[in-house]
Amino acid sequence: MSPLVKRKKEKFSIPSKYLLLILTCICIALMAFSFFTDYSSMPLNKVVGYVVVPFQKGVTNVGTWISNRVEELGELKEVLKENQELKEQVAELTIQNTQLQQDKYELNNLRELLELDEQYSSYDKVGARIIARDSGNWFHTFTIDKGLNDGLTVDMNVIAGGGLVGRITDIGDNWAKVNAIINDDSNVSGMVLASSDTMIVTGSLQLMAEGVIGYEQLNDTKDKVELGDKVVTSNISDKYLPGILIGYISKIEQDSNNITKYGEITPAVDFSHLEEVLVILETKQQISK
Amino acid sequence: MKKIISMICMILFGFVLQTTLFQKLSFGDISPNLLIIVTASYGFMYGERHGMLVGFLCGLLMDVFNGSVLGFYALLFLYIGACNGLFHRVFYQDDLKLPLALITGSDIVYSLLCYILLFLLRGRFAFGFYVKNVIFPELVYTIFVTIFLYPIILFINNKLNNSEKRGDRKLAKKD
Repeated sequence: MSPLVKRKKEKFSIPSKYLLLILTCICIALMAFSFFTDYSSMPLNKVVGYVVVPFQKGVTNVGTWISNRVEELGELKEVLKENQELKEQVAELTIQNTQLQQDKYELNNLRELLELDEQYSSYDKVGARIIARDSGNWFHTFTIDKGLNDGLTVDMNVIAGGGLVGRITDIGDNWAKVNAIINDDSNVSGMVLASSDTMIVTGSLQLMAEGVIGYEQLNDTKDKVELGDKVVTSNISDKYLPGILIGYISKIEQDSNNITKYGEITPAVDFSHLEEVLVILETKQQISK
Repeated sequence: MKKIISMICMILFGFVLQTTLFQKLSFGDISPNLLIIVTASYGFMYGERHGMLVGFLCGLLMDVFNGSVLGFYALLFLYIGACNGLFHRVFYQDDLKLPLALITGSDIVYSLLCYILLFLLRGRFAFGFYVKNVIFPELVYTIFVTIFLYPIILFINNKLNNSEKRGDRKLAKKD
């Protein structure tokens, strides 16, 4: 059977020229619509969420399970090897050593947890798991497995490991899109904790390759800001809650205008190994009301 | 009908794998562009119309989950699919060179347009950096994945065509 005969059978027979034109118009209309209005409550988000998110959840769960098993296998091998080496040593010393190490590990974990909880304990938080990342290589956005059904809304702040991760920019019933602060189109109003000088923290794909984020417009006329100073979100941001740790200053340069400074910040969050995040259940707008 | 269902499954399959599994398998934060492979393949296998539809749907998925403006990626993928559809006439199944060349070309065009529209217009001029760290690695990885993925798409395509032909024959007998 020749393809010509088959094509006649197809139901719609709009010439592809017109189909292209129609779809182009739809795209442009969508772009204009989403640019000028708030489209996050559109039914499309909901429908797509129910179709795609379960798959993403499943694959992520399977992936995590496999990588955990692989890690366990690796660990088992290591332990066996270690055991053989340690057998040659005095048994008492071995036991003592293992116990000490275990205690230390536990202590560190507990300390971290305590610190994180104390720092932001005034806010209600909910944990969420990252189920998907940006499909392209240009931006750092990711999808988490909680949405409108869990009480989240757009503009809620997301933290992990004691530092700011980003904020929710789009949402469906069972998923939410988080725009990370390292994203190339993200700007956060920051503040040096020690001197209360404000700055604009800007994500950059170029700097992210070196594991840092940039900042600019730091107003530091008294030269008080030093390397290693803590940078937190500032009070004047309209999206981010104040006092959330962003990172530590790792480079300071004088701007050519001799008034402001720019440089780099080492983020407090390890973005490449992020798996679980906490969402703060309050937005800046709610609090200021 | 079967074709449409397989098409939608393919798109979902590509999108889910790209956002989950291949993000874990990424080298230096770069993952392959499966949706380009799917869009381009449907373009040159079935012609412009399918290329357009698949491209539009792929782009729309990306817009909903990743894009800042709805419709941007949809428009980009729509035209990539349509352009690949133009090569339907010179497409032969046994030839692997044309699909590879087309997918390579599509990925380059997609990356360049992304750079120009999303980065250059915001004053990010370090083109060399982006070529070295995003465009080129993505291209190499995408071609690498194509070599394994393309035969699978071709296989599904052939299976569907065969079953359709069988269905046609049955109908013909009844007539």
